[in-house]
Amino acid sequence: MAELTYRQAVAAALAQEMARDGRVVLLGEDIGSGGVFKTTGGLRERFGTDRVRDTPISEQAIAGAAMGAAMAGLRPVAEIMFADFYATCWDQVANEIAKVRYMTGGQVSLPLVLRGANGSGGLGFGSQHGQSAENWAMTVPGLKIASPSGPAEAFGLLAAAIRDDDPVMVFEHKALYGRKEDIGDGEHVLPLGQARIARPGADVTLAGLSITVGTCLAAAAELAAEGIEAEVIDLRTLVPLDAATVLGSVARTGRLVVAEENPGQLGWGASVAAIVAQEAFGALAAPVTRVSGGNVPLPVAASLEAEVVVSAARVAGAVRSVLGTSQPLSSTS
Amino acid sequence: MCFLRRFEERADALYRQGLIHGPVHLGLGQEAVAVGAASVLRPGDYSLGTYRGHAHALARGAPADAVLAELLGREGGICGGKGGSMHITSVEHGYYGSYAIVGAHLPIACGLAWASAVQRTGQVTVCFFGDGTTNIGAFHEAVNLAAVWRLPVVFVCENNWYMEYTPIGDVIPVALPAADRAAAYGLDRIVVDGNDVSAVRQVVGDAVRAARDGRGPSLVEAQTYRLKGHSAADGGAYRPAGEVAHWREREPLLLARAALAAGGMAGEKLDEIDARIKGDLAELARQVLARPVPNPAGAWTDVWSDGSWQWRN
Repeated sequence: MAELTYRQAVAAALAQEMARDGRVVLLGEDIGSGGVFKTTGGLRERFGTDRVRDTPISEQAIAGAAMGAAMAGLRPVAEIMFADFYATCWDQVANEIAKVRYMTGGQVSLPLVLRGANGSGGLGFGSQHGQSAENWAMTVPGLKIASPSGPAEAFGLLAAAIRDDDPVMVFEHKALYGRKEDIGDGEHVLPLGQARIARPGADVTLAGLSITVGTCLAAAAELAAEGIEAEVIDLRTLVPLDAATVLGSVARTGRLVVAEENPGQLGWGASVAAIVAQEAFGALAAPVTRVSGGNVPLPVAASLEAEVVVSAARVAGAVRSVLGTSQPLSSTS
Repeated sequence: MCFLRRFEERADALYRQGLIHGPVHLGLGQEAVAVGAASVLRPGDYSLGTYRGHAHALARGAPADAVLAELLGREGGICGGKGGSMHITSVEHGYYGSYAIVGAHLPIACGLAWASAVQRTGQVTVCFFGDGTTNIGAFHEAVNLAAVWRLPVVFVCENNWYMEYTPIGDVIPVALPAADRAAAYGLDRIVVDGNDVSAVRQVVGDAVRAARDGRGPSLVEAQTYRLKGHSAADGGAYRPAGEVAHWREREPLLLARAALAAGGMAGEKLDEIDARIKGDLAELARQVLARPVPNPAGAWTDVWSDGSWQWRN
């Protein structure tokens, strides 16, 4: 398969699953012609208009139709063009899709995927097209959440999401769509709920998701030059959360910095931090530290945006801080 | 219809005795819509309703003891005690749920109908909702999508003239909430006497046939009236006495009784059936109340398709 961009990996995952299972159908705005982010190119031509359906600008109808179709035995993949637009169909997502299985005592399952472009990544999309919205979903039991950090993850996690019998929201990062990677030939499926150690290291654990995995890797490279070896974990999914991999890493390093793109006032990083603080307290040599997006709506001007987004420099600074806090302890030993 | 009436009266009584945990919305007076529509559906067809949904579930064949157990929070509830009155669902009988967020189920009905079209099964979806629903965005998104995709779905508005406590006429700029909106989606203006079960059967039957034949969706406005308030806790005091009296004279059971009498059915025979139903329901309520409450462990099942709830390892 050679080199694929992230957006090509999305299209390839959709094609792989549509070819494998005739129940997989797509719906969304402009997807027939490839979509605004060109993640569905060629699929209508290959699989026909019955299985690749253009919709009106009607997010409630898109999400609701996906739910109904899933109840009737299809495996729909609905594109919500920008994750910010979940706000326009949040009733369908949070009140209906997340809960219908439970509320009916398990009478139905919803094998459906909601996917679309998420995050800022410094592209100037601003407050209504640049949010990282995983947090919204994470407050509602019943939704699985995947956020791929690169082409291999985009391919494997989306394929797994389509095969899963529960609703999965896949948050693709719009700033990563052009990222290329050689992901090898053959079928690609990654398990949901299994984090990946993107870089091993003994001094500090960095936990990232989606674009902040790259941010953490950049910070780790910078720190390596100073003799600090950071272990970088790509969480891949928030629900199910692979807390065990984070706890295992912290048991070795004794320090944790969590990097999340969304505002920190109630971020997924707080959940990860709380789990580690409660369950690995004895292993910690320094306070758990979070590096989050600013607690402001996202500004557009490049200089303003840069001020509030998570950068490698901020992550590296946080690492120096937790190591600094702990150094007097180790130097006395 | 008589069974649905007596079931709701029993539910009302149980609510007043404090035996139902949570709100209850009664369909008293609206039975003809549920029965007339259900009578033209095939077993594999889909239907969906609102939080005022007991009658719609029962009319499709949902077992009354399981519905009552769900209301009373007893073992054997149709949703295992996790849905309650507002979420009665019986997938086995084609009743794909009662939805408590106004308008939410219209897009979902589109999805069921879309699946039938893709799978070419010939199934039809019927979606019931109230007059107030015609003012929420999901209604317009769903009817538009159904029309554009020519989906095999029949939207049935139960116009009982009150959105909740407010008269529907105060909050719409047209005379009729559903019928006068149909033209915006290229659909016919269809109005039916929702208290006349034969008329509902006829009109919804035509719409279901059109959907099954690939002639696309319909929007039917069935005009009816709530004999009680919005919920069992609401006395409905905001409604003029004359208006309530007017509708009481033409409620579905009276109309059906008159039609049956005209056809030669003896009133005594109907009274006998009614008395038996009342007795059966009283006995059913006693039996269900005697059941144990659901095991608390049940709160932890059914989040995920493997039955579990865990979100992390």
